[in-house]
Amino acid sequence: MSEQALKELGDAIAAKLGGDVLTVEVKLGQLMVTVKRAAILTALTTLRDDPAFSFEQLTDVTAVDFPERIERFEVIYQLLSYKHNRRMRVKLTTDEDTPVPSAVSVYSAANWFERETWDLFGVFFDNHPDLRRILTDYGFEGHPFRKDFPLTGYVEVRYDEDQKRVVYEPVRLTQDFRSFDFLSPWEGMTNVMLPGDEKAALQDGSKTP
Amino acid sequence: MSMTTVTSEATTGVVVAGAGGPAAKTQIKPYTMNFGPQHPAAHGVLRLVMELNGEVVERCDPHIGLLHRGTEKLIEHKTYIQATPYFDRLDYVSPMCMEHAFVLGIENLLQIKLPLRAQYIRVLFSEITRILNHILAVTMGAIDVGAITPPLWGFEQRELLMEFYERVSGARLHANYFRPGGVAWDLPDGLLDDIWAFTEQFPKFMEDVDNLLTDNRIFKQRTVDIGIVTKEQALDWGFTGPMLRGSGVAWDLRKSQPYEVYDRMEFDIPVGLTGDCWGRYLVRMEEMRQSLRIIRQCCKEMPDGPFKIEDRKVAPPPRGEMKRSMEALIHHFKLFTEGFHVPAGETYTAIEAPKGEFGVYLVSDGTNKPYRCKIRAPGFAHLQGLDFMSKGHMLADAVANIASMDIVFGEIDR
Repeated sequence: MSEQALKELGDAIAAKLGGDVLTVEVKLGQLMVTVKRAAILTALTTLRDDPAFSFEQLTDVTAVDFPERIERFEVIYQLLSYKHNRRMRVKLTTDEDTPVPSAVSVYSAANWFERETWDLFGVFFDNHPDLRRILTDYGFEGHPFRKDFPLTGYVEVRYDEDQKRVVYEPVRLTQDFRSFDFLSPWEGMTNVMLPGDEKAALQDGSKTP
Repeated sequence: MSMTTVTSEATTGVVVAGAGGPAAKTQIKPYTMNFGPQHPAAHGVLRLVMELNGEVVERCDPHIGLLHRGTEKLIEHKTYIQATPYFDRLDYVSPMCMEHAFVLGIENLLQIKLPLRAQYIRVLFSEITRILNHILAVTMGAIDVGAITPPLWGFEQRELLMEFYERVSGARLHANYFRPGGVAWDLPDGLLDDIWAFTEQFPKFMEDVDNLLTDNRIFKQRTVDIGIVTKEQALDWGFTGPMLRGSGVAWDLRKSQPYEVYDRMEFDIPVGLTGDCWGRYLVRMEEMRQSLRIIRQCCKEMPDGPFKIEDRKVAPPPRGEMKRSMEALIHHFKLFTEGFHVPAGETYTAIEAPKGEFGVYLVSDGTNKPYRCKIRAPGFAHLQGLDFMSKGHMLADAVANIASMDIVFGEIDR
């Protein structure tokens, strides 16, 4: 599918949904539409039912965590149209406390995908019929895929011979978790002025990159 | 028709619900039954909490996550090259197809084009993987409904295919063969001839399984009209692959959104008419025959040339060059310590894995590690449909449904 056709589709969606659409982007041959959080259900329903779009299937729902942003989560819906043979994704943003309207009433497939997003990121979905944890352990605390959740977690389990049951204990590492920072300092310093750089800047009249 | 495995489960797992019905004398109490997680017909660590009325399933609540390893989080802490082996461990029945989605995602972010030979090798091994997967799916489905011979014959064929895996990558299962920019090693001498020899004897196996199962009275009793999925349901619940084609939707990403050299291949897409377990079985059988056609075309047309791109910033230099060239040595060292940096961006890449649409949503922030890597596993979407598929069926039919979904927990739990 050409970028031009995707752009036209994106504009058509923006025209149809009006002010609910915040941005339309086409990158790497893929269409992304950001919508207002409250308008997600109208957006998904229109995208599914309007014959010009007819995205019959919800392929995936997930989230991405950007802790430095005010609304730290991006929730992403991947849609697929069988009729027109094209894909797109719908995005919205939210934070830890603000619920997102659940898409289960539009696509049944959203049920588990939203449960997973709730479990792993703590994005709350409003009006979800059954918002339980799905992938983590029974009684698990926290949302492990958030960026501020450590990779090693907080608890570990083992079978206790005396108590004859599985017990939870704080995680003990015999060796610290090692995370190597391979970012090369030379690449990281492309926009830093080192002593002497100002001479080069003066000579060709331009600023250093 | 209930199987011994299921009844033995019932004796251990029965909990009589306190609710009780009205005062009718012969009222059968509905009860909740626990199925799995240690059950051979659960295809892994699936725990089902079922509400039964007699032997009829009223509600079926799959509890998953017993194999959750946090793969997506681990990938965020690994470089792109280090992350590929994790994909083998997702759907461990079709490892190379899992890698394929990930490396295609990286290649889309890097905007690189592969040499033709690499694309042919990938298609060849994707189809070998598809046969590998479908042999297991079909024959294990057969054992779940009571036929033991097909798996015995099937494993013989799988062993032959895994030998090809081993010859090309050094490992029978966790291949780590598809790499960003191509494949890890070139095909060894004589491999294509041996694959061709395999394709000559394989139809005999297909015929044997066909004779054993397709019109077998018991097999049909257990699968025909069981777990019917309509076209609308399949779309609504996010079904893909044989689950979708079994319900009459002619859709295959290899045809509709071709990647690599699938647009050069001649093959047909089988579509089921009934949407039941038997229909899905037939789709998988036919897909194996079609995969065989693709494998033969790959063997015939396999072009010469490089098997990975020549860009040393992405693909490592050959061993021989490293012995002589300082630059090659540095490239190799940098690639396997720091890895390559991927431009910031996001992409969703999907391939037609044997089980359905396997997608990877990759977010890069411009460093050498993925910022987020969401894995869209087909089995995850299929399994949540188990409730509506099994409702009103007998307990033993739920087992047939699980088998016809081709569930593997490596990819569902991630």
